[in-house]
Amino acid sequence: MSHGASAHSTSMGLDSRKMAFWAFIGSECLLFGTLISTYLIYQGRSVSGPTPGEILNIPVTTVSTFDLLMSSLWMVLALAAVQRGDMKWAKIWLLGVAIGGLIFLGFQVYEFASFVHEGLTLRTNLFGATFFVLTGTHGAHVTVGVLWMVTLWVRAVQGKLGPEHAITVEIAGLYWHFVDVVWIVIFTMVYLLHK
Amino acid sequence: MSESRGLRSWLTTTDHKRIGLLYFWTAFAFFLIGGLEALVIRAQLARPESHLVTADTYNQLFTMHGTTMVFLALMPLGAAFFNFIVPLQIGARDVVFPRLNAFSYWVFVLGGVFMNASWFLPGHPAPDGGWFGYATLTERQFSPGPNIDFWVLGLQILGIASLAAGFNFIVTILNLRAPGMRLKRLPVFSWMTLVTSFLIITAFPVITVALVFLMFDRVFGTAFYLPAGGGDPVLWQHLFWVFGHPEVYILILPAMGIVSEVLPVFSRKPLFGYTVIVYSGVLIGFMGWGVWSHHMFSVGLGPIADSVFSLTTMLIAIPTGVKIFNWIATMWGGSLRLTTAMNFAIGFIALFTIGGLSGITHASPPADLQQTDTYYVVAHFHYVLFGGTIMGLFAGIYYWWPKMTGRLLSERLGQVHFWLTFIGMNLTFGPMHLIGLHGMPRRIYTYTSDLGVDRMNLWSSIGALVLGVGMLLFIYNVWRTRRHGAAAGPNPWRGATLEWATTSPPPPHNFDVIPTVRSRMPLWDPHPPPQEPSPGPVHVPPGSWWPLVSAIGLPVMALAPLVHLWWVALVGAAIILFGVYRWAYEPFEV
Repeated sequence: MSHGASAHSTSMGLDSRKMAFWAFIGSECLLFGTLISTYLIYQGRSVSGPTPGEILNIPVTTVSTFDLLMSSLWMVLALAAVQRGDMKWAKIWLLGVAIGGLIFLGFQVYEFASFVHEGLTLRTNLFGATFFVLTGTHGAHVTVGVLWMVTLWVRAVQGKLGPEHAITVEIAGLYWHFVDVVWIVIFTMVYLLHK
Repeated sequence: MSESRGLRSWLTTTDHKRIGLLYFWTAFAFFLIGGLEALVIRAQLARPESHLVTADTYNQLFTMHGTTMVFLALMPLGAAFFNFIVPLQIGARDVVFPRLNAFSYWVFVLGGVFMNASWFLPGHPAPDGGWFGYATLTERQFSPGPNIDFWVLGLQILGIASLAAGFNFIVTILNLRAPGMRLKRLPVFSWMTLVTSFLIITAFPVITVALVFLMFDRVFGTAFYLPAGGGDPVLWQHLFWVFGHPEVYILILPAMGIVSEVLPVFSRKPLFGYTVIVYSGVLIGFMGWGVWSHHMFSVGLGPIADSVFSLTTMLIAIPTGVKIFNWIATMWGGSLRLTTAMNFAIGFIALFTIGGLSGITHASPPADLQQTDTYYVVAHFHYVLFGGTIMGLFAGIYYWWPKMTGRLLSERLGQVHFWLTFIGMNLTFGPMHLIGLHGMPRRIYTYTSDLGVDRMNLWSSIGALVLGVGMLLFIYNVWRTRRHGAAAGPNPWRGATLEWATTSPPPPHNFDVIPTVRSRMPLWDPHPPPQEPSPGPVHVPPGSWWPLVSAIGLPVMALAPLVHLWWVALVGAAIILFGVYRWAYEPFEV
């Protein structure tokens, strides 16, 4: 991260990188909004099975959802630790977020594999296509987040991350929380309210 | 930057002015390519039952003409001015993320080259599904070749360039304004850049998802738009036009911003109704999201949807009309100087008004059903995009050329260029209204004499030739100006905004001292605030290779579905990852 963006005082009094990131999140809302809308529009329009009711495993996904929600909590703790200069706990919590993300991705790999095993692929029906593209896009976002967290953790281990870099951790946190919020919408719309 | 000349300095530049020039020349080259495609189309249509090109080639020509003009010429020509002018207008040293800016440019070039490379492959499989790419025509079943793949992948690459630029300019304009430049003192061009940037970051995600669905249909065999699998081709139309209509405003708002700068300077009067013009632009930005289904009246969405979209379409004409009246009122009673830039700006008002009015005629579904898919619609949107956007862009080119290069374009040649363009434009697109009302359909490679449109088509083709001659004259003007153009000086037009407060071309750091602003037109301020003395040398950020390296990863990734080798995508991703990490951790102080 370059430090230049915030080095000068800004017209709106908000760090430029943070403002850009909020704009990015706004843009991402349209991306996921389009994916989720398509999923809902095509709900119940598959010409063959399996249907969501036959295949979605709500108990298992509840566990991975809980794991992702907890990782958001650890993200908050990681940022707080960086801000007060407590790098020992910052390292622990950052690694915790990364591992939490990896566990979530592990659940998703397991879920995708078992769906394929039970006969649901991208090509099976509209449910398969919309489900895999939507949750796959979300999984790709989690993967980027995990890479980001590992990077921050490595920087912390190298002693190159301190309270003066709290803003970079804060922005990574914005991303992580956003990806988490999107998952809550997906979990509600796709899993809990399935038809 | 250590060196300021040579290829390396251009490949690594992060200077918004150099990136602006790169945008300009690249977009202008694509503009000539798109124009050449249009000339071949008009040559083919000059007489009935012509066989100059085959039907298949004709499909490629109108597809690539539209796609090139929208994504590779008009949008990036606007971006050239965003880059060069906006940081100067707001009194900044650069955009807020200079390397992201370079990244946008390189992604744009590579995306444009990627899509056009299809012309040169064996069998020249250039895209041929129209710039709107309607499913199911674009599905593998009906378009088995790689043509549509080039289109789908190329547009995804280009979308990333636009998104990155959108974030950059939103933050630049909101956060890097000179002291005292409140939002209500922001020049209108910068305002319209801000609105356009918001439209870009909200509209492009929608087309990206629509393209991803189409790509999955074509590459992985899903059925997002295939009725056989329960999918709905109308979903493509909705997603495309939910993006497509804001896109129309992405194309026109920068031109509206340009004429709002040019008209006051050459009328020696402040812009009439600044606040109303700005609010109208913002309102157009919002309302642009609520009219997309007027592109789809012929689908048969039902009377309620048709009525609602008909109403919103008529409503959006109001803020547009407000702007037109304000521009006219700006000229009213002013001491007009009819320079080439001013002529193009006035031409913009006249022609855009015609295009706006014909647009309102197809806001009504019953009328639209008669006009849709005919040349009447072609006439309409060329009056908007040529009569509007291109005239506005040329006003900007003549107005800002001295700032960008330090030399004035020849006014004498410019005046001839203007009149050739103005007459040629009306001769080309005027008759198309009648050709369309006679019933000649769009996108068909030829027609027969019994339609009774032979002579009008010939006139239209002659008009296109006139436009071509005008363009050659412009190129000669540019060429001649390199050596023989009069030196411009800092402010040749006695402009009012901050880009004229520095030398032409500006130094790498733009301003020795960041100016303090106390009014909307700081250079016309009778009592300008005292400027601080120069603090000495100003730090200029060095160049960087990593935006270019990261950008190269994208077309490499896009090759994977074309060559059916999935490890290629991994190579592309690895290049991006490598570039981004080097970028993130290289020392780079702004």
